Amino acid sequence: MNDTIQVNKLNAFIDQLTKTDLPFSKDIIAISDATIASNDFPTTRTEAWKYTRVGKISSIHGNDSELIIDKISDSHIIDANALTFVFENGELIQQFSNKEIPKGLDIKSISQASETELALIGKNVKLEKEVFNSLNTSYATDGIFVKIDDKIQLEQTIQIIHIVTGENTISNMRNLIQIGRFSEAKIIFGYFSSEATSSFTNVVTEIFVSENAKLTADKIQYESAGNFHVSTEQVAQEKNSNFSINTITLNGTLVRNNLNIEIDGSNCETHLNGVYLLKENQHVDNHTIVDHKAPHCESHELYKGVIDDKATAVFNGKVFVRKDSQKINAFQSNANVLLSDDASVNSKPELEIYADDVKCSHGSTTGQLNEEAVFYLRARGISKKSARHLMVSAFIEDVISKIKNEEVTNFTHSIIKEQFGWEF
Amino acid sequence: MGYTENELAKDLENQEYKFGFVTDIESDKAPNGLNEDIIRFISAKKNEPEWLLDHRLKAFATWKTMTEPSWAHVHYTKPNMQEICFYSAPKQTKKYESWDDVDPEMKETMKKLGISMEEQKRLTGVAVDFVMDSVSVATSFKSKLNELGIIFCSFSEAVQEHPELVRKHMGTVVPTSDNYYAALNSAVFTDGSFCYIPKGVRCPMELSTYFRINEGGTGQFERTLVVADEGSYVSYLEGCTAPQRDENQLHAAVVELIALENAEIKYSTVQNWYPGNKEGIGGIFNFVTKRGICERNAKISWTQVETGSAVTWKYPSCILKGDNSVGEFYSVAVTNNYQQADTGTKMIHLGKNTKSTIISKGISAGKSQNSYRGLVQIHKNATNARNFSQCDSLLMSDECGAHTFPYIECKNSSAKIEHEATTSKIGEDQIFYCQQRGIHIEKAISLIVNGYCKEVLNQLPMEFAVEAQKLLEISLEGSVG
Repeated sequence: MNDTIQVNKLNAFIDQLTKTDLPFSKDIIAISDATIASNDFPTTRTEAWKYTRVGKISSIHGNDSELIIDKISDSHIIDANALTFVFENGELIQQFSNKEIPKGLDIKSISQASETELALIGKNVKLEKEVFNSLNTSYATDGIFVKIDDKIQLEQTIQIIHIVTGENTISNMRNLIQIGRFSEAKIIFGYFSSEATSSFTNVVTEIFVSENAKLTADKIQYESAGNFHVSTEQVAQEKNSNFSINTITLNGTLVRNNLNIEIDGSNCETHLNGVYLLKENQHVDNHTIVDHKAPHCESHELYKGVIDDKATAVFNGKVFVRKDSQKINAFQSNANVLLSDDASVNSKPELEIYADDVKCSHGSTTGQLNEEAVFYLRARGISKKSARHLMVSAFIEDVISKIKNEEVTNFTHSIIKEQFGWEF
Repeated sequence: MGYTENELAKDLENQEYKFGFVTDIESDKAPNGLNEDIIRFISAKKNEPEWLLDHRLKAFATWKTMTEPSWAHVHYTKPNMQEICFYSAPKQTKKYESWDDVDPEMKETMKKLGISMEEQKRLTGVAVDFVMDSVSVATSFKSKLNELGIIFCSFSEAVQEHPELVRKHMGTVVPTSDNYYAALNSAVFTDGSFCYIPKGVRCPMELSTYFRINEGGTGQFERTLVVADEGSYVSYLEGCTAPQRDENQLHAAVVELIALENAEIKYSTVQNWYPGNKEGIGGIFNFVTKRGICERNAKISWTQVETGSAVTWKYPSCILKGDNSVGEFYSVAVTNNYQQADTGTKMIHLGKNTKSTIISKGISAGKSQNSYRGLVQIHKNATNARNFSQCDSLLMSDECGAHTFPYIECKNSSAKIEHEATTSKIGEDQIFYCQQRGIHIEKAISLIVNGYCKEVLNQLPMEFAVEAQKLLEISLEGSVG
């Protein structure tokens, strides 16, 4: 029996935060407040956090420091031609953000949106028992509001950049993205840091893809070591829609991604791709849920990771096929390469299937670089280091090549080169 | 703890008097419920040594601090421990007065399995004279085993005759605190099997509980311990393809396998407990803890065909402790109607160059739920560890479910782990192909299912495999329409 008195760290944690003044529905706030009041930070006893310890996040004490960004460096801009919106510590920085908004598109800071416009906030995001989602809901600072009208083919990519600065900063960024019927859009999320240590970024992005719409999202996480990041993307797809997301995690001490996709209509297509490259003491945890609630859909998931030094990677992919969701093709694959003896991987690809006329499969592999292949390259005069780099890049290029936006691909390649020295 | 066996006996005497129990049979049954006295009673009844009673009491103390696990993907009403009778002496009960009383459905099933008339009577517990054949076979088996120094007997016999072996190995693989049901079993187990293969001996025959002498009702809390000494080999069969009915709802067995250096144990199970009726009422809860430990160069292979039980909760595991040890798991789990199964394996790689293979085939039909839950764990020192897992599910109705929950944990960079799983249904083109060649749809399905399970069925000893094949056919009868 455990006789020690449990100190609720969450109570202490929220003391340093300010309640949100965003016009969210009162019911939603009530639910998230209740969750915060009756729970603590998850421990490894909670199945969804079995491999990830968040103790260090709970000890971040928060600060009121001023925003410091006075100029935006190129290293924080992924696509120079995109419609760009820059946030620092969860607040929109007007001077670096685009002011000219194309027709058919409503894009602004979420604090400028009305209560009716924010009606969808919290519709699908799970708040019960979900401490981080609730924290974000009750203490949200700001975020982006994107609404694309029906039948709009948006040429320009939308780019949302979040930069965390300062020491012990806590930013709760909340985004709402709605793509109208028969519309098409591309969006980039970039999470960076600048002169930040022990900061904690907690993002919740709610995405609604309407009938016959198409959305492509690229998410790059490149906060420097020493910072913590938890993010949730909650996606809802209506019938005949198409959604793809590429999650690229390149740095950060602790990164946890929750990617939840609910497919509510038939004939949808969903693609989830992910790359995680870890070294030193990093910990990256990717949790994905693809919930097939309607028949005749297809989902493809591919996550690949390279883990070096003492880093730990976690992958948990869930595919649900609900009763009567017939003719589903769902594929899930996770591959890991371990480069060091101290590196570790925990992979848990899950399938839960309640319909019979489906084709579902998943696969998971963990291994190391093939020494014979390295030998082959070395026999041809390529140094051991280059040979290994070549093989690692080939391994992850498989996923990176799925990124459609060339700017994003180039940016990713350049960071990988800077961070790991691997060339493509 | 001033309560002695004598006092207990006295109490019981008084109790008997109080309730006016006079018959000997009744005194062989413990009152319902679970407490220390019941455990002392069981231990006293079985004339167990002090250390074993201590072991039981310790397990009971641990069990009291534990709660029933709820993480498995199954739903059922938790059994009330205070309503269960934990001890009733093994009796040669007549379940049926005459052959005519036996459930015709059951007779039909056995006929289909091709079980001889004599055997059928023995299995259903009809009062018959001993089947000469089986006794003589058993006796000749026993003398042959004795010659080789193989010990194969009931657990209680082993406690009396080979206490040093039992004491040395019992609880080393499945400790009393392992899990809720293992702790319960350790506290109240009534009987089971014990098997010891001496150094360098290759057991010449398949050891089967079926032929074990002194077999009585092993009860709901069965305990099996198989020890294969250095360089030995044994193939052990558990269970029986014939349907087994039992009045006990809860079955919590513990199986421990110990394979010392260079030894090999092959453990095959066919489980066909009563699954409940078509509406999902009744049926047995099968909560089993099975685990084996491999020393250097040893090998443990689990093969199971699971078709029965209302709720199954079972993960035969291998701890690959020694270098170069090998663990294998082959499983076919069939669920129909309202059955629920959450089964799989754990492969814990500790030694260098350890290898494990997992082949799991799930078939769900009716309204059943079938889950594979597995753990592959590669520890830091398990250099060059290798795992291959394949978990396939076959869905045969639109109301059933098939789930896969694999946990893959790797802490060594030289390890190679592969996991793959597929879920699908029998293709209409496959059935069409068979039907076009004049094969009836039911036969076609059984053909396809058997092909699908081939990899696992091939691992079973011959006679078992033939029966298991028929069993699959029967379990799935009428599930496709």
